[in-house]
Amino acid sequence: MATATAQTTHAPAQHELEHRMLRQMLLIRRFEEKAAEAYALGKIGGFCHLYIGQEAVAVGSLAALREDDYVISSYREHGQALARGLPANVVMAELFGKATGCSKGKGGSMHLFDAGRRFMGGHGIVGGHVPLAAGLGFAIRYRGGDQVCLCYFGEAAVNIGAFHETLNMASVYKLPVIFLCENNRYGMGTAFERVAAVTDVVEHACSYDMAAELVNGMDVLAVNEATRRAAERARKGGRPTLLEVRTYRFMGHSMSDPLHGVYRTKEEVEEQRKRDPISQLAGKLKEEGVLDEAGLNALDAEARAAAEDAVRFADQSPDPDPTELTTHVLAD
Amino acid sequence: MATLTYRDALNQALREEMQRDPDVFLMGEEVGVYQGAYKVSRGLLEEFGPMRIVDTPIAELGFAGIGVGAAMAGLRPVIEFMTWNFAVLALDQIVNSAAKILYESGGQIPIPIVFRGPNGAALQLAAQHSQAWDAWVSHIPGLKVVAPATPADAKGLLKAAIRDNNPVIVLEGEMLYNVKGEVPEGEHIVPIGQADVKRPGRDVTFICHSKTVAVALKAAEQMAEHEGVSAEVLDLRSLRPLDEEAILGSVARTNRAVVIEEGWPHAGIGAQVVDVIQREAFDQLDAPVLRVTQADVPMPYNKQLERLAKPSPERVVAAARRVLYLD
Ligand SMILES: Cc1ncc(C[n+]2csc(CCOP(=O)(O)OP(=O)(O)O)c2C)c(N)n1
Ligand SMILES: [Mg+2]
Repeated sequence: MATATAQTTHAPAQHELEHRMLRQMLLIRRFEEKAAEAYALGKIGGFCHLYIGQEAVAVGSLAALREDDYVISSYREHGQALARGLPANVVMAELFGKATGCSKGKGGSMHLFDAGRRFMGGHGIVGGHVPLAAGLGFAIRYRGGDQVCLCYFGEAAVNIGAFHETLNMASVYKLPVIFLCENNRYGMGTAFERVAAVTDVVEHACSYDMAAELVNGMDVLAVNEATRRAAERARKGGRPTLLEVRTYRFMGHSMSDPLHGVYRTKEEVEEQRKRDPISQLAGKLKEEGVLDEAGLNALDAEARAAAEDAVRFADQSPDPDPTELTTHVLAD
Repeated sequence: MATLTYRDALNQALREEMQRDPDVFLMGEEVGVYQGAYKVSRGLLEEFGPMRIVDTPIAELGFAGIGVGAAMAGLRPVIEFMTWNFAVLALDQIVNSAAKILYESGGQIPIPIVFRGPNGAALQLAAQHSQAWDAWVSHIPGLKVVAPATPADAKGLLKAAIRDNNPVIVLEGEMLYNVKGEVPEGEHIVPIGQADVKRPGRDVTFICHSKTVAVALKAAEQMAEHEGVSAEVLDLRSLRPLDEEAILGSVARTNRAVVIEEGWPHAGIGAQVVDVIQREAFDQLDAPVLRVTQADVPMPYNKQLERLAKPSPERVVAAARRVLYLD
């Protein structure tokens, strides 16, 4: 009875949240498809790691955060930047290396920053940003705040020393950090079980006396709820959490990597695509009668238009002035 | 002015800066309960408590990164490495995080952090514990590097480093901690990037920093006494930025130079200094610039071999005689 009441009172808010998350996932999907096109045209250079397939992880987790919380990620961070509210235009402009980009064209795909939104970057050394997350958590604790720091990294980072040093210290110092491992099974072309003695990432939490949860990363609601619990633990008790979120990337490791062939089969990718997080949420909303096909098409059209706009904006934006070469090496 | 050891001058700088700015904290191995591996942080835990004097596990990479993360949020961490030999494990955080985040972020996120600790050889600690990283850290754009030789400079440069909005490397010396000298009380700041003439002279310039300042001063004394040569001793104090003006000014007066450093010769600090001199003062030189460095070998344990490996006043005198064509 109590549950039923709770459901009725919360239903509109919950549906609004789900609607918003669907919208964000669609935006990320369409944005990444456009980025792939632009890469093929040579408008984006260097390494470019797409987020297609993993949208539910960024969207579900970031919907559980407050504006004054910190977010930090690896180089596969377009999705998190968008879900954090960075405008698609400035993110695309950064991928294009333009002056209007969120890092003024100096960071590129792997180094998206927005200090105002407390989006503390994309970082390119596997596991290198995990200690930075603990440092942000340390600063929160130092100032007596109740914010949290949410840190994304791939499962391959779990084999790096920095991960272990950091989890130990985060636990010892009681830092309000959520360590969110996006386990998409592969680090480039290496399946996790080929290089990890312990293949359930959550188990590492035992070594550091840390709370942990295994989460279905194709279910945006599950990600959202697990992150809420972790954030609560961090805000109230200043305790860190390790979340292992099982997901899958539908594209190659980066734009230069084929979809399948060498390290995974076509069949495997096709099988995983059936778990597409966007269709899953859209399906649920339709089943509940709060979204129809026309409504979904409208959301998708909106996402496509935003992605196209972003490309147009990036295309038309100027390159950084040559004098920018030597600015920002040192602060005043 | 009070006479203090180099250790106590650093301690005073830390204490004063922590009193002045609540965002400054010290983190590292043994800095708290144990009062510092070399007692630089003596008494600070009692005064500032465990939130600001933070003992860490032996995890250089991890706590250096925690420092950088805290600096991203606007705090002013001072990260102590028990020695720079161990800081090598943290180089990823120094080089890839601290030195790059401002640039990568298009100027959005400054990293006001200090990495400090003893650098170079002490006595008979053998190869892994006797290394000078001056050249390694000075190579990196986005970092500043200072290497004080005296207690007064130690205090003034550490205070400047803590107030700087950039990552600053402070290279101290185990063999310097007991050195005594006069130290101005209170607000004494040595601006980063300014060299200092530690002994004026006319005939040859000894360009040095950190522990080699004492070596150069001794050599200058010997030359004055025995050969009537007047050597100028220029203490670089900052390795990045380098005070090129001071280097060139001195060489313009003496027309000859010997560059002395504790590190290895290959791609060392001296190579950079010589580059500046040959580029900007070629016509003023009366002799090629020579260098005195550690021998190009891992540091041996044996006392006699170790002595041979280190820069010494004798080797500086020998080099000076050559640039003065006295041999
Ligand atoms: C320390 C380090 N070693 C190697 C690389 C090259 N590299 C970039 S991404 C990657 C795979 C990482 O996989 P994972 O952490 O699972 O993240 P995912 O790409 O799956 O999101 C490798 C080996 C690197 N960037 N950093
Ligand atoms: Mg992976």
